[in-house]
Amino acid sequence: MQKIEKLLQKRAAELLAEGTVERVLAWHAGEFFYDNAPAAVSSADECDKLVYNEFCPANLCKYLIETSHAGKKTAVFLKPCDTYGVNQLLKDNRIKRELVYAIGTPCSGMLDIKKIKAAGAKGIISVSVDGDEVVVNTAYGEKRLAKADVLLNKCLMCKGAAYKIADEELAEPLPVPQFTGDKFAKVKEIEAMSAEERFAFWQSELSKCIRCNACRDICPACSCEQCIFDKPDTPVAGKAYADEVEEQMYHIIRAFHVAGRCTGCGECARVCPQGIHLELLNMKFMKDINSFFGQYQAGADSETPAPQVSFKQNDPEANSAVEGREQHV
Amino acid sequence: MYKIAKDNLPKLYVALQNIGTLLLPCKNKSGHADFAPYREDAEIALDAPLTNRSAKDVFFPQVENLLTFKTSGKELALEQNVPPVGVTIVMGVRACDARSFKILDKVFLKAPVDTYYKTRREQCVLIGLGCSAPEETCFCHAFGIDAGAPETDVQTWLAGEELCWQAVTANGEELTAKLVDGGVLVEAAADAAAAVSEQQEHTQKILSVLPLHDFKVNDELTKDELKVFHSKIWEQLAAGCLSCCTCTYVCPTCHCYDIRDYQETEERTQRYRCWDSCMAKDFTLMAHGSPRKTKVERFRQRYMHKLVYFPENNEGEYACVGCGRCLQKCPVQLNIVKVAKALEKAEVKQDV
Amino acid sequence: MLEKKNFEPKIVAFCCNWCSYAGADGAGTARKHYPANIKIIKVPCSCRVNPLFILRAFQRGADGVIMCGCHPGDCHYSTGNYYARRRMTLLLSMLDYLGVAGERFRVEWVSAAEGARFAQVMNDFAEHIAALGENVKLRDLRCKK
Repeated sequence: MQKIEKLLQKRAAELLAEGTVERVLAWHAGEFFYDNAPAAVSSADECDKLVYNEFCPANLCKYLIETSHAGKKTAVFLKPCDTYGVNQLLKDNRIKRELVYAIGTPCSGMLDIKKIKAAGAKGIISVSVDGDEVVVNTAYGEKRLAKADVLLNKCLMCKGAAYKIADEELAEPLPVPQFTGDKFAKVKEIEAMSAEERFAFWQSELSKCIRCNACRDICPACSCEQCIFDKPDTPVAGKAYADEVEEQMYHIIRAFHVAGRCTGCGECARVCPQGIHLELLNMKFMKDINSFFGQYQAGADSETPAPQVSFKQNDPEANSAVEGREQHV
Repeated sequence: MYKIAKDNLPKLYVALQNIGTLLLPCKNKSGHADFAPYREDAEIALDAPLTNRSAKDVFFPQVENLLTFKTSGKELALEQNVPPVGVTIVMGVRACDARSFKILDKVFLKAPVDTYYKTRREQCVLIGLGCSAPEETCFCHAFGIDAGAPETDVQTWLAGEELCWQAVTANGEELTAKLVDGGVLVEAAADAAAAVSEQQEHTQKILSVLPLHDFKVNDELTKDELKVFHSKIWEQLAAGCLSCCTCTYVCPTCHCYDIRDYQETEERTQRYRCWDSCMAKDFTLMAHGSPRKTKVERFRQRYMHKLVYFPENNEGEYACVGCGRCLQKCPVQLNIVKVAKALEKAEVKQDV
Repeated sequence: MLEKKNFEPKIVAFCCNWCSYAGADGAGTARKHYPANIKIIKVPCSCRVNPLFILRAFQRGADGVIMCGCHPGDCHYSTGNYYARRRMTLLLSMLDYLGVAGERFRVEWVSAAEGARFAQVMNDFAEHIAALGENVKLRDLRCKK
């Protein structure tokens, strides 16, 4: 990864020096190796501070909206999963293609600091990756963990190393985590529960919500100029969880608004400070869309119309979605 | 000093629950710990590293009804919602959070006094827990806080197989007396104090090898206020910010709130107060629009408040306690440490 | 002895102007009875119905919500009800997945000529909701009188 980091720094400096782009989106180092933050640089001499390693999970495509508004041509380093988000933003007319210079950046899976801590590593002084192992140097001793055990959940369901949009590729692709299971397994588990169990599950998940809106703000599909949750006169604009119904409302509405546009990047679940399993809501919509309207992957390209703005004359009847389900109140 | 065996802690919880409403760190289904009311079947995690949020909810709830408007025909009646009467006991408060309450007091108990906050605060007894295993995100020492000695009514430490207990304030003494009389707490052995000291020393030793051990906020910032304000570094710092509300909601010292009306029925409307975030686009939205339209302005405002304005108005006390929650929870890894370190740079002082 | 009052559900019906609302009129002129506790909200097309409206209705106390529109293929605006059908399929599935209200919401296509059918659909739905009882799960309890 260090080799790729050097390539990233060099390429960013070149593009800025040549004047091909006015801005570059990448990451800056933090205090602990695992806290890299998204950063924007606009001159070649700032590029030696850019970093890239196994702790760069953020999807940078969302920042393109800002730069599109400002009319600045921007180079952005995109991991394969991030490219889906760019296509989605193009489809939603939120960014201008000519202002985006997409650089495909190899990735072999990003690591989850929460999993590393849950495995007992605390008081972390430094983290490094040694082949298949993650070596954590802590104030309480060294800890070695298998890389495969501490990958981000979203990386476990990697969609593959192919870039769905790229003006150039930074380097040869890296081997990505192989996913052979059923990505809808957890959704099916919940579907199989009784209505009361489902209700109890979601009540306990969604009542943790503190309405921080991080999920909305990091989502590439949530890019409305005026979000319904920001308008003070809408009934769902509550900044506070006045009761459980408000919280459910926020999540149901947001999941619905992004249905068919959610690329499955997994950022919403990663950033939630309360650890709510948001991916289980969006994946449910993805499964439904696949089974009711045909296989569809948002962001795979920037032309195919999204499921909610298209139709087939022989679409299934709406009521069939719940027919045959057990009676409940 | 008193003690209770770790195995007997459930007895302590029940005894405390009989004196007042007991809140302590409990694990939720995702395995995170948060302050929650005591229940026998709760998964209590007294020594969880750090709760998701501090216990500021106890005095400053996320939502609080202030007034109820009731109409009947042309008549309008106003009913004030009064905070409930009764003792609240919060157990497992860390040193950082304990200090944060003192900072909140400076805001809410300064004239005009916030009676809702005051009532709840006065009815609360805090039982602190000394830290024994600090994280790399902890930097309470930067603000003169001793992780092993929380500034609470009672101090406790989990040392070996026991919980050691020391009353500090008059309220703490009162509570302790009740528990001793009830046989829940017993006099600790002579070596208990030594065990506690050993733990406190060990904690300091760990802190001294962690990456933030020498982090300090520069005192000079308040003197160079305008230069810091106009520095170009804010654009760089704020580049990744999403303007969500995570940092403000998990921060123990953040205290901004909004007051809104919610119409429940045709005859009844609630005027309530709820947490608000200065990072949100619609913070203090007025008829003409928002006073800080850009993300950079809002980002700058938050940190200037914590590192410059608040200390200026409060004898040098920063509005930060080094709990590290913003380091842990920010979706894009921005936090007060990164900002304070960036402001250290000489270039900041030279930019105008 | 107090007489036990039968539960009268509150039902909101979104009816499109061209077909189902006309169908409701038809039911009226043909004197086909349907419950008075069904409140009709006229929309120009079933496509106008935002899932938010349905959630809002439940939040503010509706026990059942039904959406009526032109039969697929007969939409006054050609394609509106196709989009609505897709949207509502997803909404129904989601409500069911969350363990709330899946059966409290229904989609029916009623044309302007089907006055009798309109009444029948409404009677069926009202009976169905009455059997389910009061909506508690999706209801904002602060709004109870």
